[in-house]
Amino acid sequence: MTVHLKQDEPDTSNRLDGMKQGVIGQPISRVEGLAKVTGTAPYAAEYPIEGCVEGVLATATITRGEILKIDKDSVLGMPGVIAVIDDPRLTTRAAQGTANEAPQQSPRTVCYWGQPIALVVAETFEQARDAAKHLAVEYRPHDGAPLSPDAVEPEEQEDETVRQGDLVHAMSEAAHSVDVTFTTKGHASAAMEPHAAIAQWDGDQLTVHASLQMLNYNISELADAIDLPEEKVRLVSRFVGGGFGSKLGVSEETVAAAIAAMQLERPVRVVMSRQQVFQCIMRRSETTQRLRLAADQKGRLTGFGHEALVSNLPGETFAEPVLQSSHFLYAAQNRKLMLEVARIHRMTAGSVRAPGEAVGMPALEGAMDVLAERAGIDPVELRLRNIPKENPEEGLPFSSHKLAECLREGAEAFGWDSGPRKPRQKRKGEWWVGTGMASAARVHNVGEAKARVTLKPDGTALVETDMTDIGTGTYTILAQIAGEMLGLDPENVLVDLGDTRHPRGPGSGGSWGASSSGSAVYVACKALREELADRVGVTETKLDLADGKVAGGHSLAQVLAGEPLAREGHYEPGAIADDFTAAGFGAFFAQVRVNHFTGESRVDRMLGAFGFGRVLNRKTARSQCLGGITWSIGAALTEALEFDPRDGHLVNCDLAEYHVPVHRDVPDLEVIMVEERDPAASPIQAKGIGELGMCGGAAAIGNAIYNACGARLFDYPMTPDRVLACMPD
Amino acid sequence: MGETISVNGTQRSLPDDPRITLLDFLRRDLGLTGSKKGCDHGQCGACTVIVNGIRINSCLTLAAMHEGDSVTTIEGLGTPEDPSPLQRAFVDQDGFQCGYCTPGQICSATAMLEELANDWPSDASNDLEGKIEISGEEIRERMSGNLCRCGAYANIVAAIRDAATETSA
Ligand code: FES
Ligand code: FES
Repeated sequence: MTVHLKQDEPDTSNRLDGMKQGVIGQPISRVEGLAKVTGTAPYAAEYPIEGCVEGVLATATITRGEILKIDKDSVLGMPGVIAVIDDPRLTTRAAQGTANEAPQQSPRTVCYWGQPIALVVAETFEQARDAAKHLAVEYRPHDGAPLSPDAVEPEEQEDETVRQGDLVHAMSEAAHSVDVTFTTKGHASAAMEPHAAIAQWDGDQLTVHASLQMLNYNISELADAIDLPEEKVRLVSRFVGGGFGSKLGVSEETVAAAIAAMQLERPVRVVMSRQQVFQCIMRRSETTQRLRLAADQKGRLTGFGHEALVSNLPGETFAEPVLQSSHFLYAAQNRKLMLEVARIHRMTAGSVRAPGEAVGMPALEGAMDVLAERAGIDPVELRLRNIPKENPEEGLPFSSHKLAECLREGAEAFGWDSGPRKPRQKRKGEWWVGTGMASAARVHNVGEAKARVTLKPDGTALVETDMTDIGTGTYTILAQIAGEMLGLDPENVLVDLGDTRHPRGPGSGGSWGASSSGSAVYVACKALREELADRVGVTETKLDLADGKVAGGHSLAQVLAGEPLAREGHYEPGAIADDFTAAGFGAFFAQVRVNHFTGESRVDRMLGAFGFGRVLNRKTARSQCLGGITWSIGAALTEALEFDPRDGHLVNCDLAEYHVPVHRDVPDLEVIMVEERDPAASPIQAKGIGELGMCGGAAAIGNAIYNACGARLFDYPMTPDRVLACMPD
Repeated sequence: MGETISVNGTQRSLPDDPRITLLDFLRRDLGLTGSKKGCDHGQCGACTVIVNGIRINSCLTLAAMHEGDSVTTIEGLGTPEDPSPLQRAFVDQDGFQCGYCTPGQICSATAMLEELANDWPSDASNDLEGKIEISGEEIRERMSGNLCRCGAYANIVAAIRDAATETSA
């Protein structure tokens, strides 16, 4: 039986708070933790499947053009080689998040250097790898492909454009103004588990173990790519070794494995090499951003301009949504926002953790720091003065808004000194020491989701959904929601995820998984409570369930009388999605030291304070925040994709050359969770937290670099060479 | 049996193909998939195992080079029923998220604590000689070969500190 809830109104009943089990929000350890720490949790490539053969992708060595010939005979005689698959259904790009249809196919047309063009299958991995390297390919290159964003006339993304009032006039009348241009380099998700799939075909049904974030979309993308009805496909992703956007859409190895398994009638495993993951999944676009801020004497914004240039391949719909939070973060009557895309032949640009805000917020918050200095106002105070009462563009109310609280509590806990700020006030040996801060903001998303909850005759519960746990804590928080609603210790709730045979949800992406699928579990549990209440003759709102006991009397098992009881919850966001602006807010504070002679910057301590609705598990939510802050450190100081200007290929395509933060780059971090209930975010009053922690954090570090040593940089990452170039004598 | 290697206390035959890395041998031939492949190039530490008491990146060495060696993988350190102190501490401190770097972090940390106990110096040490105190900086420096893209570093350091105090107490 399915119970449907379409949420048109804010839900202020806060039902989870009235339950008796007392597990919601508690910092319980991950329910799958022991499997992960003992190496017994299976990831996509690790299923022992009899007779499985190995595929390795061959990739293009030109930037743009046609493939004239793939000479299969060049490798078919090599030891162990079974086949060269160059099927026209092979995909050449990963699907964008929520695409729901096959991404670009036709592997004979090359659009970027490193594009997959064929799959070589052999008995062993070593044989397949060797053969893929020796595969002879003839190309007809098309010269003159534009490779750099400034080489072409960009396309305006019209739905992003805002023109309100007269920004130019506001700038000219302003008591204080800032007109600066920031740049950010491209980023890679670099999830630790490379993209991988094992496909099995039994002549009728295709089963694929893959590493994916959004199965309900991925199944359509895969089925569409290989021309198979969706009912014949099953996707399984029980453990995903990180995604960060790179596994939102079905990627090339999954489609290739499926085609090969069907053609060869043998199970086929395809795992991308680390270099392939870098070169043919998704990059976050580089950005160029002009920020214009006009303010009155008191620092209140009268004008706000944010214009950004990003890039992508021709034919891609995704444009890094740089302005996403700029639309509502600060009030100002005169506004101009514009986003443009340059069509160039670098690898596909797509979602990387916190698409948009991850680069837009560091630029905006860097500009705010300049304004604070010019206006002589403390940076925390400047933000406090500019918090709008409602969405300044659309006039919509905010569902909830904790920016002021985060700024104040964060400043207090960090020991923020609100006295006059001047750079170069503190030096220890070769090192200048300083502090900086920034606001955090990230839009809240929620999607339609279904989940089944079954009470078993023994009084335990089973939760089933195709939702994934990519390290976000889904297994644990769904056990907590069901446990709270049904009066069970989460240990007695088994959560079965990542299988398209289960009721579907939106998956993990855009920080929407917990609130969407969590709401579906909540709806199912509420329906189960109605039935139990009926059986014991009370109203549902009066029904006490705790520790496996119903209304303090009978055990759950007794009330179930030997029969399982199941309900499917179907949650759908209704009018709430249009009636409110919903976002998570926060504040970052950082202390850094900068070496006067080498320009090296080190983060000595960092704090984030965040308000994101109900906290479902204080331990796993905190870890999400820690992860985001760690990414902020990478975005501020080290992470940058570098492209060869001659052929557009990604040069630093491995973990030695693309610098993600390592242990020694990350100090002890402090996280403050500003508890709240957001009634319009979801019926469980929770918002997402997977991305907020990196939406602005890089600016806190950049602003601290300025405060420490007086080098004002407008380019992220702030590598030593760039810092030195701006360092005053 | 031809050439053999001891893995978690069991004698195993080494593979024929000389191209097979120790990591692929463990993961594929022996089904010990707890050791992870994050890069296959010695750049991430996900494949860290302990060979004759020393931590190494198993992707950077060929299986054929390990005749007579004794290898301990994450599966040899503990089980869900009987986890090692470090494994337990990682769960308690939430020293992971996706879990993919985790076996490597734990194998690395297990051997790293031995190195500390034996007073091997590091870049974070004040002195090349003498007793080395366990500190956050020592742990961070010595663990920097184990990447965690989920960004669980702060909790990993906390877990290692906990396990170190527990075992030395
Ligand atoms: S897989 Fe061995 S270091 Fe990355
Ligand atoms: S837990 Fe995911 S990479 Fe470390």
